Amino acid sequence: MPGKLIVGYDGSPAARRAVDFAAAAARAQDASLVIAHVLEWSPYSFLTKEEIEERHARRRDELRRAEDAVIAPVRERLASTGLKVETMIAYGHSAEKLCALAGETGATQIVVGRDGNGGLASRMFGSTAGSLVQIAPLPCTIVP
Amino acid sequence: MRLFHAFLAALAAFVASALPAAAQSIDAAVNAAFENATGWYVNLIFASLPGTNIPWIVGWLVIGAFVFSFYFGFVQFRWVGHAIKLVKGDYSDPNDAGEVSHFQALATALSGTVGLGNIAGVAVAVGIGGPGATFWMILAGLLGMATKFTECTLGVKYRNEFPDGRVSGGPMYYLTRGFEERGLPGGMILAVGFSIFTILGALGGGNMFQANQAHQQIAGVVGDFPGWITGVIFATVVFIVIVGGIKSIAKVTEKVVPFMGILYVLAALVIILANIDQVGTAFARIFEGAFTGLGVAGGMVGALIQGFRRAAFSNEAGIGSAAIAHSAVKTKEPVTEGFVALLEPFIDTVVICTMTALVIIISDQLVVDPETGLFVTENGQIVTQTGSSGVALTSDAFATAFSWFPVVLSIAVVLFAFSTMLSWSYYGLKAWTFLFGEGKTKELIFKLIFCFFVIVGAAVSLDPVIAFSDAALFSMAIFNVLGLYFLMPLVRKELRSYSARLKSGEIRPVKH
Repeated sequence: MPGKLIVGYDGSPAARRAVDFAAAAARAQDASLVIAHVLEWSPYSFLTKEEIEERHARRRDELRRAEDAVIAPVRERLASTGLKVETMIAYGHSAEKLCALAGETGATQIVVGRDGNGGLASRMFGSTAGSLVQIAPLPCTIVP
Repeated sequence: MRLFHAFLAALAAFVASALPAAAQSIDAAVNAAFENATGWYVNLIFASLPGTNIPWIVGWLVIGAFVFSFYFGFVQFRWVGHAIKLVKGDYSDPNDAGEVSHFQALATALSGTVGLGNIAGVAVAVGIGGPGATFWMILAGLLGMATKFTECTLGVKYRNEFPDGRVSGGPMYYLTRGFEERGLPGGMILAVGFSIFTILGALGGGNMFQANQAHQQIAGVVGDFPGWITGVIFATVVFIVIVGGIKSIAKVTEKVVPFMGILYVLAALVIILANIDQVGTAFARIFEGAFTGLGVAGGMVGALIQGFRRAAFSNEAGIGSAAIAHSAVKTKEPVTEGFVALLEPFIDTVVICTMTALVIIISDQLVVDPETGLFVTENGQIVTQTGSSGVALTSDAFATAFSWFPVVLSIAVVLFAFSTMLSWSYYGLKAWTFLFGEGKTKELIFKLIFCFFVIVGAAVSLDPVIAFSDAALFSMAIFNVLGLYFLMPLVRKELRSYSARLKSGEIRPVKH
């Protein structure tokens, strides 16, 4: 069975490096790619009444913006490689959602980038890459 | 920006006119004018039932809650477990992530109701009605859960989805559309009546009362100073948020207020646990007081009225405001939001209000005659250790355990008041746009009126204003509850259908 690599992608330079790495690996293994963009979201956050009223419309806008600004460019960039590429946009906790999407798509590997500056914030709250290492149900590659 | 300058100019004019020297006479004039204009109405709303001293409006809310409890087979007890699962997200479709969750709808509704009612209202109830008022308050809270269930199910079922993707609803929509669907006349009349009183309630109980109490609290900590100063500051911040559209302030409030609520509950829990040996006695006093009054004015009935009245005030069941807050949730089943909403009076009244009451009782704030074991009363109020009432009574009770608590409580009261104001500016605006239509200028007019009343509320501490606020808030319930009686068969249909599909396994928890 050919492999399938799922890449966590948010449009950042680190994420682009992860895509490049995954694309090279996929070509070598004759695998396909899944590019997943996770919009950070918690159903337990507190919203104001106006935010609640506008949430449905905002979500629509956010999905459209994510498609135009994040997913479309990377799809274009990968078009020339000839690889089989799926893309998806989802809401949730980045690391958890990525693992869930990996399960749903039947991926065999997870690839993410990291920006490499382990600042105070990531020390306190953790980073996506850090959490993935802890919870990933699949082999996980972290691209520096 | 030009608007902001105009507003500042208006503020300056108002401030100048309210200078201390003139304030006295202005106060008196406003007082008299207001009382003349609204006194008859307040008397009408709070008139006693013939042969009793129970205000009919309190009876109206309680009877409504009884009817809904029986009609839906005590939904508040049978479905509470399911409600908690819904809030946890056990039944939420993962593909709907990014839409309003049950938890979020409940949290925003709670932020509108948890506030001064839980802190000041309970102290008023216990201070007049004695510990026994707590029993009736809890009972009213438990019954009110069924009312909330009914109104919030309808709120979602008949909500409005605007072409631009916004979602909002409330009694004005279910009263019109629900009545239409049942082929009944008069829905529009009820909706218009409800909207008018929502606007008045928003300016009164949801605004002036809050500004007034916030000022009292601040003055209590830093010493007395003119109310209009607090009013101008509050009005400016409210203006910045609702007119200037600076969402970050609202967002910060929305995030800080839940933590204030949790801190308040924790502090109360610590006091209760530290005095766990007295909790049995406290509950004995609550039960005894509920049926004998323990010497309070009006005896058992006095305790009952205070308990019921403050519960209704605190959890707003039947008032209709919650139906507005809950209506934007993402669900295909309106009844699920009804289940979630019934948790609201439970958290607000049965848990938080009871804790306040317990702390006041345990800390022995209420003076008891050692010979008779009855409470000592004066002018209808129970005499307290420090002579305080309202927020100050709660503050004194907490201070017996934590001397620093009054400061925290002051911050909490101010934040609660502010978040309640923001909530009611929203409810009022929704009623306003229902009556006058949507539009930037129309909405701006309401928002400016709202800001102006913040100043009025903080500046003039007038009993008639407060009485009118209460009356307007309760008047919303006349139209809302009347409508609910006609629409409850629709809710029962939803409940039965959902229940059947849940049993057959058609509706299942989603694996996460």
